[in-house]
Amino acid sequence: MGLHVFKLPDIGEGVVEGEITAWHVAVGDTVVEDQEMVDIMTDKATVGIGSTVDGKVSKLYGAIGDMIAVGAPLIEFEVDGEGSAAAEPEPEPEPMPEPEPTPEPAPAPPTTVPTPKSAPTPAPEPVTAPDTSRRPLASPVVRRRAKEEGVSLSQVSGSGPAGRITHDDLDAYLTRPQTVGGLPISMPGQERSGVTEVPVVGLRRKIAEQMTKSYTTIPHFSYFEEVDVTDLEALRQWMNANRTEEQPKLTYLPFIMQALVKLFQGEHGGCNARYNDQNEILSLHSAINIGIATTTDRGLYVPVVKHVEAKTIWETGSELIRVASAARDGSANLDDLTGSTFTITSLGRDGGLGATPIINHPEVGILGVHKANDRAVVIDGKITIRRMMNLSSSWDHRVVDGADGAALVQALKQLLEHPISIL
Amino acid sequence: MEDISCQVLVIGAGPGGYVAAIRAAQLGLDTVIVEGDKAGGTCLIRGCIPSKALIHASERMHHLAQHMDGHMGMKIDGSVSLDMKELISWKDDIVTKLNKGVEHLLKNAGARLIAGWATFKDAKHCTVETKEGPVNIEAENVILATGSTPIELPFMKFDEKYICSSTGALDLDALPEKVAVIGGGYIGLELGIALRRLGSEVTVIEGLDKVLAIFDDELRRPLVTWLRKNGVTTHVNCLAQGAEVNDGKVELTWKDGGGEIQAETFDKVLVTVGRQPNTRGWGLEKMGLRMDADERFIRIDDQCKTSMRGVFAIGDVSGEPMLAHRASAQGEMVAEILAGHKRSFDPVAIPAIVFTEPEIICVGLTPDEAVEAGEEIITGKFPLAANGRALTMEAEKTGGFVRVVARESDHVILGIQATGSHVSELSGEFTLALEMGAVLEDIAGTIHAHPTMSESFHEGVLKTLGHAIHTV
Repeated sequence: MGLHVFKLPDIGEGVVEGEITAWHVAVGDTVVEDQEMVDIMTDKATVGIGSTVDGKVSKLYGAIGDMIAVGAPLIEFEVDGEGSAAAEPEPEPEPMPEPEPTPEPAPAPPTTVPTPKSAPTPAPEPVTAPDTSRRPLASPVVRRRAKEEGVSLSQVSGSGPAGRITHDDLDAYLTRPQTVGGLPISMPGQERSGVTEVPVVGLRRKIAEQMTKSYTTIPHFSYFEEVDVTDLEALRQWMNANRTEEQPKLTYLPFIMQALVKLFQGEHGGCNARYNDQNEILSLHSAINIGIATTTDRGLYVPVVKHVEAKTIWETGSELIRVASAARDGSANLDDLTGSTFTITSLGRDGGLGATPIINHPEVGILGVHKANDRAVVIDGKITIRRMMNLSSSWDHRVVDGADGAALVQALKQLLEHPISIL
Repeated sequence: MEDISCQVLVIGAGPGGYVAAIRAAQLGLDTVIVEGDKAGGTCLIRGCIPSKALIHASERMHHLAQHMDGHMGMKIDGSVSLDMKELISWKDDIVTKLNKGVEHLLKNAGARLIAGWATFKDAKHCTVETKEGPVNIEAENVILATGSTPIELPFMKFDEKYICSSTGALDLDALPEKVAVIGGGYIGLELGIALRRLGSEVTVIEGLDKVLAIFDDELRRPLVTWLRKNGVTTHVNCLAQGAEVNDGKVELTWKDGGGEIQAETFDKVLVTVGRQPNTRGWGLEKMGLRMDADERFIRIDDQCKTSMRGVFAIGDVSGEPMLAHRASAQGEMVAEILAGHKRSFDPVAIPAIVFTEPEIICVGLTPDEAVEAGEEIITGKFPLAANGRALTMEAEKTGGFVRVVARESDHVILGIQATGSHVSELSGEFTLALEMGAVLEDIAGTIHAHPTMSESFHEGVLKTLGHAIHTV
């Protein structure tokens, strides 16, 4: 028997450390080669790390939430034969991330953090946070049905004595409204007490850190405008009706992205930028890489459509679909998730008149796009029905003056209201 | 030489394997089951069922002996005799009936039973040596249900004549006058008590400091009392050293707690030091399966999947507790998984029953286990001596009781234990209560028929709630 120390391998370009977000093995477990052992989250992506040896786990370095440097010991195994140099001096795994020196403001309590970048559909949270330490109370037939339906009963609140889960509870869970704000359809809630503490780890912690940095270092100003997209809608419909098979169905976003290219390549290039507030340098980018804030089951991701300036509107649409679905299904690679120079957040399908999106640090601006709908508008003294869309934008006031931000939005409005100028 | 292929191949027709095969066939899967002995497995052929037959007979014998002295106004004038061969033959009839029944059920369901010893070449191919010659089987899915066998002491090999395993003890041709039982676990005590009640003189040699150490003292006390009152000698902290057969007797030596070597002569020595999974002699090593941490059992997940895709293991070969009803439940589940159902093995409780006198049931957590699991608990114990039906059946004589363990905060029942004559039949309600997630008030609100022993459960629950009617 020998000892083998498994070290965190190099898991991606430029990644120097990762956070342990889940252990799939425990001390004493026998592990086979390729067996998934631990999930490591880097700046953007979460990677499952498989074993390279057969052996028995004798030590785990670090707990969930700990940061581990690439090359630092992660797991120690008892293996047949010699093993690897176990006695090699072990660099202490770094206890906490120190990616960039940032003041440590008290993080906002998780329950009151507004959905970052106003993602359109906040993930539905169970009304009562489940207590996962105990197995859920349910009869065999209910447990079996849950299994068939693929429901984890620890997510379902039970209405029976001692929280016992009934068929009705399962029905209510399965047919629960998918958006918040919907009324529970089962029954009036009971008075409840108790506080559930949810550790903010993994992606949630990353989001919290990033939002705190953005919000506390960037003096934001926001600016709102409404845009008449009646003509744009007509053009979009026509293009979708006449597209070829390989051309994607276009939403408003590709048009807005192409319009931004026009603006950034014109007199508004100062907004396609990253501001390094440490050395006070504003980097203006020729590449127009637009991040798209995307809600996933795992939390907020910002996949990036690269080089929009070199893409047709159809290519923009295709790439947008690709990166967004890769972010949603977890297949996005690091390259898909980094390098944005400006961000759009789709405030989406569920309406909303305005929002104050938070800038994706170190960028200098963010555009929020609201749902388009038919409204009564006065044109030439007459009330007319037009398709209208609200835009919300936020800007870094250190490097973007109010007039400049407003001018960009006004120019964008002009382009979108005369969509032929975009193409 | 016959070559066949099937969707489901089950190895071993014990309570795990035959249930899996019947269910798989019911679900329309092309199913083959291979058994090297008789359909029914240890449970039906040389375990649960035959031992319960002998235990029942021994109870009769015990009653007859009571009536020799006069009891309940009934007295036997004359003598009571035991023809062991007749008794074994009566037991064998029951076993045969069940064995035939299993074969019939398999056939009716449409599963093909092949009699012979299977040897695997790899995970999906085996050859069965049958009377008609070898049969090569290729299977899409394999369910391993090879069971377990009694553990043999290396210095005391089974000859099943003088040194007997439980198998030999169930096929005695004469009642031994003097028997030593090595190992005071549930098998040794069940058989030892049966032999005692049939008339043997019984000595139990136990390595730990108490017999039936898996249970807490409160639960063991009535059993220990019965053993003492009925003249069963128990030597604890004693380790068997060897056995020598001379002139039809066995000279047994053991080391006692003080390190002294003791010796005594017996007619038979019964070795019941546990059971081991059957993992050798059928090509398991060719299948490339992962074993558990102790290399003892085949490692499975909560769907009984092994490390090899399409190979499942159920029952004793797949881990503790080695109980027939666990195997059956796993077998049924695996068949359904193979038929495309989504299932996992997630019982709240697997009941354990010991058929000693008195009987002992343990379902769910004992008070000690609950506290160890971090629960704040309340418990209540109701004595059978306060239950009318128990009195009429003399089931209270051994000081039995029903004990309930519940979580203090929400009254969810966490465990139920009982000991006493005939209490084993209460286990169904106990287990149901746990599986349904019953709280104390559910049981309290259920009318239990009078006069039955099940009222003791109701009263035990009331006692836990602090307001039992028939006890103070």
